[in-house]
Amino acid sequence: MERKAIFPQRGLPYLLLAPQLAITLVFFFWPGGQALYMSVLEQDAFGGTLNFVGLDNFRHLFADPAYRDVLWRTAYFSIAVVVLAMAPALLLAAMVDRVLKGATAYTVAMVVPYAIAPAVAGVLWLFMFNPSIGVLAFWLKALGLDWNPALNGNHAMLLVIMASAWKEVAYNFLFFLAGLQAIPKSLLEAAAIDGAEPLRRFWTIVFPLLSPTTFFLLVVGLVYAFFDTFGVISAVTEGGPATATETLVYKVYYDGVHALDLGSSAAQSVVLMLIVIALTIVQFRFVERRVHYS
Amino acid sequence: MSSGEAAAPGSGRDGLAHVVLWAGIAITAFPLYVALVASSLTPQAIAQAPMSLLPGPELYANYRDVLVKGLSGSYLSPPVWRMLWNSLVMAVTITAGKISISILSAYAIVFFRFPGRMLCFWLIFLTLMLPVEVRILPTYEVVTKLGLINTMTGLTIPLIASATGTLLFRQFFLTIPDELVEAARIDGAGPLRFFKDVVVPLSATNIAALAVILFIYGWNQYLWPLLITTDNRLDTIVVGIKKMIGTGDAATDWNLVMATTVLAVLPPALVVVLMRRWFVKGLVDSEK
Repeated sequence: MERKAIFPQRGLPYLLLAPQLAITLVFFFWPGGQALYMSVLEQDAFGGTLNFVGLDNFRHLFADPAYRDVLWRTAYFSIAVVVLAMAPALLLAAMVDRVLKGATAYTVAMVVPYAIAPAVAGVLWLFMFNPSIGVLAFWLKALGLDWNPALNGNHAMLLVIMASAWKEVAYNFLFFLAGLQAIPKSLLEAAAIDGAEPLRRFWTIVFPLLSPTTFFLLVVGLVYAFFDTFGVISAVTEGGPATATETLVYKVYYDGVHALDLGSSAAQSVVLMLIVIALTIVQFRFVERRVHYS
Repeated sequence: MSSGEAAAPGSGRDGLAHVVLWAGIAITAFPLYVALVASSLTPQAIAQAPMSLLPGPELYANYRDVLVKGLSGSYLSPPVWRMLWNSLVMAVTITAGKISISILSAYAIVFFRFPGRMLCFWLIFLTLMLPVEVRILPTYEVVTKLGLINTMTGLTIPLIASATGTLLFRQFFLTIPDELVEAARIDGAGPLRFFKDVVVPLSATNIAALAVILFIYGWNQYLWPLLITTDNRLDTIVVGIKKMIGTGDAATDWNLVMATTVLAVLPPALVVVLMRRWFVKGLVDSEK
């Protein structure tokens, strides 16, 4: 889409674009290019010359069982976070959509966690589930569970999943609610007159009509689970115990900043870049379709 | 399942919805409630598991302590007012910076024709594919070379470029009627005049909506400040809280940490609640 009426100046637009382009080139493309460049180099054993090694860094990366573990862990962590953040959000949005009173108040109360930083959300949950002083840890122990996320990898994973999902419900809730409110009421009334039960109406009419929203939230949720949960993991477990809660982003951070493994870290960055590109393409293709057909 | 029941209000079905919603709010609010209560207790009262779920008497003392003195121990934190100030400066600079540079670049791309226009657009668009997480080390090196480590400039400037704002303004500018542009040209108004007198005022709601989202984004930054600052005096409140808990053992002064946590949540939460309409608009727009 283009405008017809425009201004004739030739130099001015470059001036207007200069600040954005300068920052983009210096802080995005230069380092991005460096990551690509470093991913095909290897520093020799004495830390001196850099040699071109082609795709060796990637071959080593995918041959490393530890990295394959991280890939799987990131996959199930992300799926768990996305599902746990979407299912309750849909239920709550459907409930707000049907109540006659208090919808605004409920909505306001429900969206507050969106404002909370992932790292802070992590600290809130860490405090409740701290094995020695946590309120909820106390009850888990009272029920006979030997709860200790500092030592037990599964407990730690559960904790970061819950904290990450808790924060993201608000976002999904708002989009589901908007989606539900856009469904023509006449459609549901017609179904009701035909005798369809509420639950049946939901699964046969409402849910299919919500599928564009659901798909969109799935993609955004995956981006969140892959990247933004770094704060939760860093604050709650630092990837531990051992590597039980280490995701792709946490590993690239740890290997680069703490372990200083440059070649591997660069190769990992490139893998992440490909994931972002794939998710962005999916997201934009979908948005285009929504614009065309709705 | 929305208004099918409208014909029979109070039929008991709404009752179930309210019960589900209250349960949802309870789960949403519980972690925040626990933090608020803990921030009013003594460390001893918290250590005595399970801690009370009713507020204690230390609320004022705890908040005064963290705000004025900060925490002592393994992490010598600056006073929390200083962290709040750092977070505020960071959030406001990022918000104002992102909006300014993205509205200018969108204006250039939509209202002018010049060689390299599409290239510029795609360069900006491609930044979507390069979040900090995929270029951690090289970005750190760039910031070091420029001497921006441990500076507020290093903390904010690299974050103010992003495609989202430019895409949003571009979308909106395409809807400004051609007649307005032609009228301005007939009146002899140049592009800068048109920008100042027509485009910016017309964009006011978009700017407000984007500002709400960006303020929260800036306030909640974590990985970037963690990378770029080692000087405690530059700690934002989100990073400060992480440093306070250290390894999360019982020696942490949880009452003070929770007071700090409540202070960290309050500003962005107030922005969301008080500017709810703009917040929702910003959220929906920035995902288009």
